[in-house]
Amino acid sequence: MSRILQKFELVPNIHEMVLDAPQVAAKAKPGHFVIVMADERGERVPLTIADFDPAAGTITLVLMAIGTSSYKLARLSEGDDLYAMIGPLGHPSEIADFGTVVMVAGGVGTAPIYPIAKALKQRGNRVISIQGARNAELLFWSDKLAAVSDEHIITTDDGSQGRKGLVTEPLKELLQDADHQIGCIYAIGPAIMMKFCAETTRPFEIKTVVSLNTIMVDGTGMCGGCRVKVGQQTLFTCVDGPEFDGHLVDWETVLSRQKIYTEEEKCSLDRYVEEGKQT
Amino acid sequence: MTSPPKKKKPKKKKKPRQKTRTPMPEQDTEARGKNFDEVPLGYSVEMARQEAERCLICKKPGCVSGCPVNVDIPGFVELVARGEFAAAARKVKETNALPAVCGRVCPQESQCEAKCSLGKKFEPVAVGRLERFVADYERENNLVELPDKQPANGRKVAVIGAGPSGLTVAGDLILLGYEVTIFEAFHKPGGVLMYGIPEFRLPKNIVESEVDYLVQLGVTLKLNQVVGQTITIEELFEEEGFDAVFIGVGAGLPMFLGVEGEDLGGVYSANEYLTRSNLMKAYRFPEYDTPLVRGKNVCVIGGGNVAMDSARTALRLGADRVNIVYRRSRNELPARAEEIHHAEEEGVIFRLLTNPLAFEGDERGMVKAMKCLQMELGEPDDSGRRRPVPIEGSEFTIETDLIIVAIGAGANPLLTKATEGLQLNRWSYVEADASGRTTKERVWAGGDIVTGSATVIEAMGAGRIAARDIHEYISQSGNTSPWVAQPSGEE
Repeated sequence: MSRILQKFELVPNIHEMVLDAPQVAAKAKPGHFVIVMADERGERVPLTIADFDPAAGTITLVLMAIGTSSYKLARLSEGDDLYAMIGPLGHPSEIADFGTVVMVAGGVGTAPIYPIAKALKQRGNRVISIQGARNAELLFWSDKLAAVSDEHIITTDDGSQGRKGLVTEPLKELLQDADHQIGCIYAIGPAIMMKFCAETTRPFEIKTVVSLNTIMVDGTGMCGGCRVKVGQQTLFTCVDGPEFDGHLVDWETVLSRQKIYTEEEKCSLDRYVEEGKQT
Repeated sequence: MTSPPKKKKPKKKKKPRQKTRTPMPEQDTEARGKNFDEVPLGYSVEMARQEAERCLICKKPGCVSGCPVNVDIPGFVELVARGEFAAAARKVKETNALPAVCGRVCPQESQCEAKCSLGKKFEPVAVGRLERFVADYERENNLVELPDKQPANGRKVAVIGAGPSGLTVAGDLILLGYEVTIFEAFHKPGGVLMYGIPEFRLPKNIVESEVDYLVQLGVTLKLNQVVGQTITIEELFEEEGFDAVFIGVGAGLPMFLGVEGEDLGGVYSANEYLTRSNLMKAYRFPEYDTPLVRGKNVCVIGGGNVAMDSARTALRLGADRVNIVYRRSRNELPARAEEIHHAEEEGVIFRLLTNPLAFEGDERGMVKAMKCLQMELGEPDDSGRRRPVPIEGSEFTIETDLIIVAIGAGANPLLTKATEGLQLNRWSYVEADASGRTTKERVWAGGDIVTGSATVIEAMGAGRIAARDIHEYISQSGNTSPWVAQPSGEE
C-alpha cells in the first residue's frame, strides 16, 4: 500500500513524492493532511497534502529533510512502499468567496498553500500570492503557484530572486493599499513566519488563517500532543485544525512546543548519519 | 514447560488441600525497575498443576458467573490438574479469544477469584495465573489449533477498533460464518493492549499472536483507517455492503487538569506518554525514532492503573524519583491492589491528598516545578468517597521535569460526530442497550465508548454480548438481506 510512484529532489533538501493512494485521493480536500511512517521504527509524521488527483488515485507530498524521520522518507525511492499512511485527516480549508485573498507561503509552505490557492482561484477569488524563500535556489513550484494566482510576488532573504526581504513587507503594502479590498489572508510556512504574518495583519483586522504543523502522534485527537491555545480554548491541531485563526493562536506555546525534542532529534540524527556511514 | 502431560492419576487417598496460592515467580525487584521485560514470570508445569489441584470443581461455580465472558473455569482448571494443557487452553478459548491477555490484565481479584468457593476459607484459586499458563503453554509449544468454523453465510460485519471489544466481536462472529473486517486507526492492531498497557505488564508479541490467531481464522484487518474521518459508517453500509457495524473505539480522549502551565514541554497526557512508549517504542529510542522526555523527577497525576503504568514506565526510563500525586487518600486509589503493590515495590512514591495547582516552566518552555495544595478528607461526595478538601495555606512546590496527567479519558468525538442517528449520553458516550444496540439501525457499540474507562475484560464481555445480538438480529432478518441488493455472494 501507498507506493511511491514518483520521487525527486525539487530543490536542495526538499523532496516531492507522488503516491498511489486512491482512498486518500478520493477524499482529499485542500487543507487536509496525512500521517506517514517511513518504516516500522519510524515516527508518525504529519504532512499536509500538497496536491491530489482523485481520477489518477494519487496524492503529492512535499517534505524537507531535516531530521531522522524526514531523511528516512526522503531516502525512499520510486517503487518503495511507505510503511503506513493514514488520511486525509483534519478539517479542510474554507473555500469561500472572499473577494481578494492573499496567500503567503514561506519555504516548504508553498506546497500546502498551492491546493488552497488553486481552489480559491477556481471559486472565483482574486488570488495574490507571496512566495518567500531564503534564496533563489530554494524556490520551488513558483510556476505552479503563479498559474493559480492573479498576482505572484517572490521574496528572497538575499535578493537572489524577486524582492529582497521578508514576505511580511509586500504583505503589509498590500494591506495598506485600500484598492485591494482583501477579504482573507492565508499564511503557511515556518511558525515564526506565520506569527509575523498574523502580527502584520492584526491591525487591519482581516481574517488570517494559518496552518500549524505541530508534533503529533496519532492524528485522531487521542493523545493531545498537538494541543495549542487558540483564544481561551485549548484545541488539538489534528482534529480541530490544522488551520486556525492566526490572530488567536498563542504563538509562544506553538514555538516552544516545537522545541521539546531538540536534543533527542539531534541524538537521533547523529545516530542515523553514523549508521549511514557504516552501510 | 516441556515435560510431557501425564495420564490421569488413579484415585488415591486425598492430599490435604493447599490453603495458600502457589506463588508465581517474579523478576527480581532491583533488576526489573531498569528493564521492560515482563515482571511476573508465569507458572511452570508443576506449579500450574499444583495450583489447579486446589480447585474444588464446584457444581455451581461462582467463578464462572464472576467472569464477564463466562469462561468455563472449573472445566479448564480440571484439565490443567490432569496435565491436559492444550485442551485446557481450547476450553478457555471457547469463550475467550484473548486468554494470554486476560490472564495478565484482568482484575481477577474482583471477578472470578472473588467468587471462588475455596476463597471463603482459604486463598482463592489463582485463576488468572492458570489462564495465563494454559495460553502461554499452547502458544509456546505450537499447539494452537484453529477451531471449526460454521460455513460462510455471506454476511458482512464491520468492526471499528481493534481493541479488546472489537477483537472479541470479530472472534465470535468469524466462527459463526460471518465475513468480518476490523478497521483500526493505528498502524498496529490491539488498541489499548498495544498503545496503553506497557510491555512489562503485557508483552506486545503476545498481543500480536492473539490478533494473528483471529487473522488465521479469517478476520480481515484494515489498518490506518479512521472511521468517521477517512471513511464513514454510512459508506460501510452503502458502498462496502456491510450488514452490521460494531463500534468499539474506546475512550480515546485525553483529560487535562486545566491548570496553568499544562502546555509546557515535559507535560504529557498519559495517553500520549504511553502511546509514545508502548506503540511507538520510544522506550527503545534512539533505536526507534519516536522520542520521549525522560525525566529525573517525575510526577504522575492520578491514582488509577494508567497512572501506575505511567509511573513504572518513567522509572524504567531512568527516573531517580517517581511520585504518584493523588488528591484523595490511599483507600480511594482506583488502581488494582497488585498494580499499587508492584509500583511501591519498585520504589514509586505516593504523595496522597495532594492536589496540583499550577505547573511552572523554565526559559526553554520545559516544566520545572509543580505547585500543589495539601488536602484532607471531608464529607462523602456523590461517588460515596470522602471528598478531598484543601487545607488552607498548605501550598507547596515539587521540583519536577516530567509530568504525566493520568486523570482519566473521555469519549473521542471523531466518529460519533460524523455519524448521524447515534444517540450519545451526557458525557458523549454512545447510548447502547443491554445487547449493545445503539439508536442507529444495524449499529452496535461496546467497551469504553459506551461505559467510559473500564477494564479489558469488561469491554470483551460487551463484545461477546453484542456479537450474540448481531448474530441473532441478522439470522432473524432471513437469508436475503433487506438492506443490500445481494449478499456479498461468497460461496
